[in-house]
Amino acid sequence: MKEQLKIDFNKIQEVSNFSNRDIEIKKSYLNKFIKNGFPNRKQENWKFLDINQIISNNISNLSFYNNYSIENKIDSSIFIDDLEHNKIIFINGRIEKIDFSYEDKKQIEIIKDSFTIDKSENNNSLIDLNIALSNKHFKILIKKSYSLKKPLIIYHLTNDKMKSKNINLRLDFELEQNSSLKLIDFFSDDSEKNFMNIFYNFNLDRDAILKNYKIDKSLNKNLKYSFNNINQKQNSISETFVFSAGSDYFKNEINCNLSGEYSSAFINGIFSLDNNKQHEIRTTINHLVENTKSYQLIKSVLGKNTKSAYQGRIYVDSKAQKTDGYQLSKAILLDETSEFNAKPELEIYADDVKCSHGSASGSLDDNSIFYLMSRGLNYKQAKGLLINGFLLDVIEKITDAEIKDLLKKMIGLKK
Amino acid sequence: MDTREKDIENLKDYKYGFTTDIENIKAPKGLNENVIKFISNIKKEPKWMLDFRLKAFERFKLLKEPNWQKPKYPKIDYQDLYYYSAPKSMKDKPKSLEELDPKLLETYNKLGIPLQEQARLNGIAVDAVFDSVSVATTFKGELTKHGIIFCSMSEAIQKHPDLVKKYLGTVIPTTDHFFATLNSAVFTDGSFVYIPEGVKCPMELSTYFRINASETGQFERTLIIADKGSYVSYLEGCTAPMRDENQLHAANVELIALDDAEIKYSTVQNWYPGDENGKGGIYNFVTKRGLCKGKNSKISWTQVETGSAITWKYPSCILKGDNSIGEFYSIAITNNHQKADTGTKMIHLGKNTKSKIISKGISAGFSDMTYRGLVDINSKAKNSSNYTQCDSLLMGNKCGAHTVPYIKNKNFDSNVAHEATTSKISEEQLHYCQQRGLNPEEAVGLIVNGFCKEVLQQLPMEFAVEAQKLVGISLEGSVG
Repeated sequence: MKEQLKIDFNKIQEVSNFSNRDIEIKKSYLNKFIKNGFPNRKQENWKFLDINQIISNNISNLSFYNNYSIENKIDSSIFIDDLEHNKIIFINGRIEKIDFSYEDKKQIEIIKDSFTIDKSENNNSLIDLNIALSNKHFKILIKKSYSLKKPLIIYHLTNDKMKSKNINLRLDFELEQNSSLKLIDFFSDDSEKNFMNIFYNFNLDRDAILKNYKIDKSLNKNLKYSFNNINQKQNSISETFVFSAGSDYFKNEINCNLSGEYSSAFINGIFSLDNNKQHEIRTTINHLVENTKSYQLIKSVLGKNTKSAYQGRIYVDSKAQKTDGYQLSKAILLDETSEFNAKPELEIYADDVKCSHGSASGSLDDNSIFYLMSRGLNYKQAKGLLINGFLLDVIEKITDAEIKDLLKKMIGLKK
Repeated sequence: MDTREKDIENLKDYKYGFTTDIENIKAPKGLNENVIKFISNIKKEPKWMLDFRLKAFERFKLLKEPNWQKPKYPKIDYQDLYYYSAPKSMKDKPKSLEELDPKLLETYNKLGIPLQEQARLNGIAVDAVFDSVSVATTFKGELTKHGIIFCSMSEAIQKHPDLVKKYLGTVIPTTDHFFATLNSAVFTDGSFVYIPEGVKCPMELSTYFRINASETGQFERTLIIADKGSYVSYLEGCTAPMRDENQLHAANVELIALDDAEIKYSTVQNWYPGDENGKGGIYNFVTKRGLCKGKNSKISWTQVETGSAITWKYPSCILKGDNSIGEFYSIAITNNHQKADTGTKMIHLGKNTKSKIISKGISAGFSDMTYRGLVDINSKAKNSSNYTQCDSLLMGNKCGAHTVPYIKNKNFDSNVAHEATTSKISEEQLHYCQQRGLNPEEAVGLIVNGFCKEVLQQLPMEFAVEAQKLVGISLEGSVG
């Protein structure tokens, strides 16, 4: 892999136009990645699902270079019709289209090749890989007091041309004071055996609102990793929703830094897994100042040979008095081969706080099924109704009515 | 109120902080095969025991000291410790209490455990451990009548080699983690309990540990076996003299419950926690593990941890037998610069196994407290259930409270529920108590005792009173 990485790295630098300084920085990250390799179960964060193993079991001869000179055909049938929206379309990791036709162009700025790396120390070698190999950097800037009229949907599409590839994607979002953005990440794949590594960085200024919905619904055999880093200033709100179902492996990592007073973060997620899927959500909420709030709700429905993991961490700094933090994870295991793992973690250094977590897992309640069947439903219907009710709870947490409806339709909770 | 204040006054300077001047026989400093042979030799152990130790030592050489725990400590030089020290007058074992070194007896009196008196009055058989060798075992007659074996480990190795051979190292193997393996290699003494089939032990068995002789790591080894249909309740209480140097304590405790047997193990730990600036204090790195080997067996751990500079232990249950039950009740209190990383592991292997975890953590001053627990439900553990509740209370913003539960559910028939909260004592509660005429410290004491009640209730009477007092005293000075 080492040789392949070096060769592919050079290829990428040849076709990109980074400055020498940037290339040097990228090289240092590449070397760091070569040294550490893909994370494995020896690292605490990867204890439940070992990506190193999963990649080597699924993908042979992973290559890191993608030829972006050829344009891909956009299949518009994939687009979400029910909702008017702005678009960014990625096909096989190549950016094909940026369309903000519903918006005031002056209020949104798209900065290409805005390559600035904050030399932050991280222990995540997938981020190292991302920084080293991502070929383009876009920054989307929403100007002061501007709220996007329509949601932005980022389509992450792949076609059958791609195989055994690694895609590294990086997007930065800057939300200026009092601005707001609704962002949907929509995944749809016609390829298999690829590894996607997506890194978003959000900076939320005062009073900014970010709503991010990640929808991984269509069944595919790709492996995905997504990392959201969200920095929040005073009074800002972030809402993240993850629907995790389609890919063979998907790990969503969300890191929130609540560094302004009265800022809040909400993370809700659903795992709906069947047939050998392994998904994970890992969250870290850093409460760094007073009067911040976080809420997390994660629910799993697990079928045959599936595995889901939730690692949630609430960190409360000694300055962060009056913190309100909550985590709840629930799982229904439908099959003897399904497995649920949780590690809801609290790390608290301030005393005037309210922090709690709960976790529960088990099978469907026999009494409830009996009740429904006694009302005339058959077993399958009863089971379906209970699962829908279980999941609806999370969907109801979505604050945007339009998107809530869209999701309900997608999941089949509404016609 | 008067008594409380008096208690506090008494404990201002650690009450049990004195040392007795007794000449010690020491093994040469350091850790090597010769020291292990020395220990084995001086205890006149059979060859299989020495082999057990050497096997563990071979393994130990390959192991690295773990460092994933939250409380960090300065590196321990394992070659700079004495692994064996015994009061000299113990060379020829005394036959009765009268034969004991008067100085030893005096120590116990200062500690508040006059052996004869306490044993007789409380109906407790006391197996007191002074440093590393058991000095006196009382109430033997009563116990032998029932066929119960309650003696020191070294005696058990001599007199009941079959039992020791059969069970020692079956729950904590010689190939376990760093500290457990170290213990297997160099353990000096401890308690051995065997309850025969169908016997309900008529009294609470109790051992008082005491660390003496500076720079001596104490390596206790306790083995409790409850045969089919038997019951035993075992108490362990600890005090240690004041020392500047950190003392390592790495004990191993193994419990084995066969079919329909029940073991209840209670600990009150009040070792020297170091001074207000975090200097000195005991390192309490203990491995406690219980195996519910038989069907319908039950193991219950109750602990009140108020002492030690660093407490790092996870009393665990392996629920192997069908329908077996594991319980863990814990209060951990840290004040000043104390640190604790404690919790439990419940490993469900058998069908219909149940476990319950109640953990209460209180941190004050500059201390740091972590609950770390594992609930692992194996795919074969059909219809099992676990309930976990861990609550933390914080006093002041210089301390920390952390909760790190690991939950693994591989069986769809099983239920796992986990709840945790972290909070401080609410102003309303305090206000209410004060309004009724309590001063702030009393009010906190009352609220904290209420917070801990679920666990305190699990303790045997003898301990409950002591523990309740300890809870109040440990938090002294943290309010206001």
